[in-house]
Amino acid sequence: MAKAIENYWNDLRDTKVWRSVFRSGAGSGNLHSALSVQQNVFLHLASVKMRRRSLAFGVTWYLGTLTLATFLILTGTGILLMLYYHPSVPQAYADMKDLQFVVSAGVFLRNLHRWSAQAMVFLVFAHMFKVFYRGAYRAPREFNWVIGVILLMITLFLSYTGYLLPWDQLAFWAITVGSNIMSAVPVFGQKVRFLMLGGNTVNANALLRFYVLHCVILPLVAAFFIAIHFWRIRKDGGLHTGKAAPHE
Amino acid sequence: MGQEDADALTRRDTLIKIGLGSAAVACCGAAAFGYQFLSPNVLYEPSPIANVGKPDRFPPDSVTADPVAGVYIVHAAEGLYALSATCTHLGCFTAWKPELGIIACPCHGSKFNRLGVKIDGPAPRPLPRLKVSVSDEGDLLVDRSTIVTPDQFLRT
Repeated sequence: MAKAIENYWNDLRDTKVWRSVFRSGAGSGNLHSALSVQQNVFLHLASVKMRRRSLAFGVTWYLGTLTLATFLILTGTGILLMLYYHPSVPQAYADMKDLQFVVSAGVFLRNLHRWSAQAMVFLVFAHMFKVFYRGAYRAPREFNWVIGVILLMITLFLSYTGYLLPWDQLAFWAITVGSNIMSAVPVFGQKVRFLMLGGNTVNANALLRFYVLHCVILPLVAAFFIAIHFWRIRKDGGLHTGKAAPHE
Repeated sequence: MGQEDADALTRRDTLIKIGLGSAAVACCGAAAFGYQFLSPNVLYEPSPIANVGKPDRFPPDSVTADPVAGVYIVHAAEGLYALSATCTHLGCFTAWKPELGIIACPCHGSKFNRLGVKIDGPAPRPLPRLKVSVSDEGDLLVDRSTIVTPDQFLRT
């Protein structure tokens, strides 16, 4: 069975169509494996080779990978939720309730989106603590720590903008309070609040602006910095594994 | 381990089969789940049944357009019937031309008579005849989702 699948897989990878897309054909040698990573636009962010120890659970607790997983779940469920949600004052709350009670599987996707969002914030902090206490932020990885701080800000801002979209009392007052905190910034505070809300109160403009930020601008900015974050792992010499294990 | 048997089901093969089987079941479930989610259970659309008023609004031997409902009410010798005002060519909204006694489509020049039968133009089918009924209040109702055969009339 395993052999048959492997043969079929190798035959598929040697077809002309497959090779026109992925270039590297069948095979499992070192060079082949290296090329298949290097020539793939998504995989090339990662190293062609890595230390076996960097894959051990204890090195990272896989917190960064888990954060990426929640981001992907949030993107997938978020796109599906957008199919039923209108970011307008008369419809937003009713659409959210429709997703809970009328749309098939709507409550599952909404809850998956909500819980993944909570998990992502938790995992980002856990990832940063792990990196900090293992000293993985130090040179030559200091700039990747800075990118990580930017990604923390984007994560929190994604959470905050998503908070308004259900358009219930919790959402309204959370954004009212949050935007008033923002206005405490000296000199620019009032102006930033006015621009972010598109007015002086949390209203239709604020809902639409938060929707665009939440669904388009912030995810794109996040994807941009995530790509740099992963690419820098390779450029900075792979994951920080601490002292080399004696048996290596 | 005893002697090698090439045909024996190894633990690895069994686990691979279980894994692939589970993945296949999960894919089928996700597809069914996705289809269910993408099909709206509630539509915020106008009802297909339109109220066009009392039947005595329509004098004998007349064609009356109801642009809101998108139908024509025809009062023929046999009784009342309703025609869809949507051209069967590409869905434009047709108009009743009383001076010519025809229904004409402004988009591509299809022409129909008051029976809905095509006289001229690219329309592939006659205008469909829609189900007509009378409500408890005596109003004429046109069910735009139900097409009936041309031999059905509402006697007045």
